[in-house]
Amino acid sequence: MGAADQAGELKFRDPARARALAEALAREVAAVGRPVEVMHVCGTHEQAIARFGLRAAFPRDLHVIMGPGCPVCVTDTPEVDEAVALAAAGARVCTYGDMLRLPGASRSLGDVQGEGGKVEVVYSVTQAVEIARARPAEEVVFFASGFETTAVATAAAILGGVPANFSVLSAHKYVPAAMEVVARLEDTKIEGYLAAGHAATITGWEIFVPFARATGSPVVVAGFEPLDVLAALLELVRLVREGRPEVANLYPRCVTREGNRPALEKLWKVFRVVDGDWRGIARVPSGNLELRPEWAAVDARRRFRIDTALVGGAAKNELADRCLCGLIMQARKDPSDCELFGKECRPEVPVGACMVSSEGACRIWHTYGGAPDLRGVGA
Amino acid sequence: MIPGPLAGPAAERIGLKHGAGGRAMRRLVEELFLPLGEPGPVDGVGLAAMDDGAALRVGDQWLIVTTDSHVVQPPFFPGGDIGRLSISGTVNDLAMMGCTEPLGLTCAVIVEEGFPRADLARIRDSMAAACAEAGVTVVTGDTKVMGKGELDGIALNTAGFGLTRRVVRDDGLRPGDRILVTGTVGDHGLAVLTRRRDLRIEGALSSDVAPLNGLVRAALAAGGDAVVAMKDPTRGGLASVLHEFAEKAKVGVLLDGPSVPVNAETAAAAEILGIDPLVVANEGKAVIGVRPEAVDRVLAALRGHPLGRRAAVVGTAIAERPGDVILDTGLGRRLLAEVEGEPLPRIC
Repeated sequence: MGAADQAGELKFRDPARARALAEALAREVAAVGRPVEVMHVCGTHEQAIARFGLRAAFPRDLHVIMGPGCPVCVTDTPEVDEAVALAAAGARVCTYGDMLRLPGASRSLGDVQGEGGKVEVVYSVTQAVEIARARPAEEVVFFASGFETTAVATAAAILGGVPANFSVLSAHKYVPAAMEVVARLEDTKIEGYLAAGHAATITGWEIFVPFARATGSPVVVAGFEPLDVLAALLELVRLVREGRPEVANLYPRCVTREGNRPALEKLWKVFRVVDGDWRGIARVPSGNLELRPEWAAVDARRRFRIDTALVGGAAKNELADRCLCGLIMQARKDPSDCELFGKECRPEVPVGACMVSSEGACRIWHTYGGAPDLRGVGA
Repeated sequence: MIPGPLAGPAAERIGLKHGAGGRAMRRLVEELFLPLGEPGPVDGVGLAAMDDGAALRVGDQWLIVTTDSHVVQPPFFPGGDIGRLSISGTVNDLAMMGCTEPLGLTCAVIVEEGFPRADLARIRDSMAAACAEAGVTVVTGDTKVMGKGELDGIALNTAGFGLTRRVVRDDGLRPGDRILVTGTVGDHGLAVLTRRRDLRIEGALSSDVAPLNGLVRAALAAGGDAVVAMKDPTRGGLASVLHEFAEKAKVGVLLDGPSVPVNAETAAAAEILGIDPLVVANEGKAVIGVRPEAVDRVLAALRGHPLGRRAAVVGTAIAERPGDVILDTGLGRRLLAEVEGEPLPRIC
């Protein structure tokens, strides 16, 4: 049995159903009678679209653009510098693999690791806590990244009790805030949004209702299997055509109206939203998740005096000047519009953050062969 | 003049990706080692071809020579061990060149001080069993011991040689040719990976490591000259082989994703880890390019052999997009990018 058959059994990857949905989508876009531009705000959606070659199944008049959907990509340089400074000062910094090569002002965590700094890749916050328990004589800092989904895991670990030598440097971001910023960009032509199903599992879908009303753009909560994406796009274009700025939940097997109450309780017990700079985008009001003051003891920013002056001050980087990451994250450019894409900028030598993370638009396009039009090839 | 710090390639250090079978390794070999092969053999296949082995003219036959080192971690894994791997890898490289009756193998063992003698005996037994399956013996060898910490356990090198009347290359595809795989893909890499402690994944995954000369003999007997390209999809997986086929023959390759056989356990582990089975190593599979008129014969011959029961036709060579591999996922299409390197180090 092939991989496709396996998933086909689950019916989320069934080619016949996919074809039927793609045909319905083409009819819906044709009924609008002009090109339609929609945005998703999630690296996992882009992965599904790229991995399964869905763009070759989209109607030509439907443009599905990736917005700021990669938490690693939007982690700002000063945040990386804080982690680099902590590692340089002797702390053991644990973080997710993608964070290692994220460029700081002059160095990445990977550079610090290469120089002998104590930087460790972990797969979960729990693993970082275990490392802290195993090394009571060391300061262990978990450099936390991710949207509210992973922030809940961080919160749960803290609430579960952590050793005295463990702290968190939060680079957690809050998705709904970013959608607001992108919707307000001056030259945006986005008419509808796909919301990330996993984040909505936590927040619930109702949270998008004020956004849809305020922007006049419908929002559809979507899952991550190819059929989820196709069905959600079909619903989104239908709402656009009918001019209904509503929220539809096409991921009801995971997402409810009010979200995961216990998870949300944990999240807000530990974190609060604050304004934050997102790399390449802007200052995002309420875009960052910061540890609440009562958790000062586990907040690396309050626990240590972090001096980033010693690790900052980048030499001017000619390649970085030509990098389009910012515009790509604002959905104003595609990865293939960048002259560095796949040439000077590749996963092993990333220039911009979008090529660093497996959730970044450039990295995804590079991994899955870009987006050439392959509809008629070999026919 | 005071020499400045090293810049460019000279300052570069070797990374794990340089041994991972992908683009990085190919670039390293091309830039660093290819000069060793100049001038190449007057008649035959030398280093410059970067094929599975060399082919040197001996009378009216070809002498096929190949060598392979093995450093897999852990040395014992579900479905096999470094011993079975070292015999199979070399027998398979010979087979991919068309030599299915190896004359003999060599074996060099480098062991770390403190390595259990019982483990070494177990590895030897496993080598003996694989040799018996392939109908080959080890004809000469070498043993070295390195100090504690100077080597991680054990490294094994084998070389193989044999004669063949027809050399099968990996550049023989032309538009219209069909491409077969001899069974499920991704099993070896994922079986080894999931044995690594830090991932803590359990399951019934098993490496496919096996000597393929018998299976290839059956395919060649059925297809004859219509078998125009062969390669074993080790590091870099099926994707890497298809890229080599496409680039060397200057054709496009259209891969029909749903036709590619994948074991259920392997597919599940790959999905969890976010790794594409198409880019993961195999140690008991061959990818075979066949003229269209012979595809049914070859497929039937493969399926009639115990190691080829799940053989399938998975792709077609096309004239468009030379050098590219296009994956039809059943839901859409995209280019199948060649991986920079195997996603997991030290799997063989």
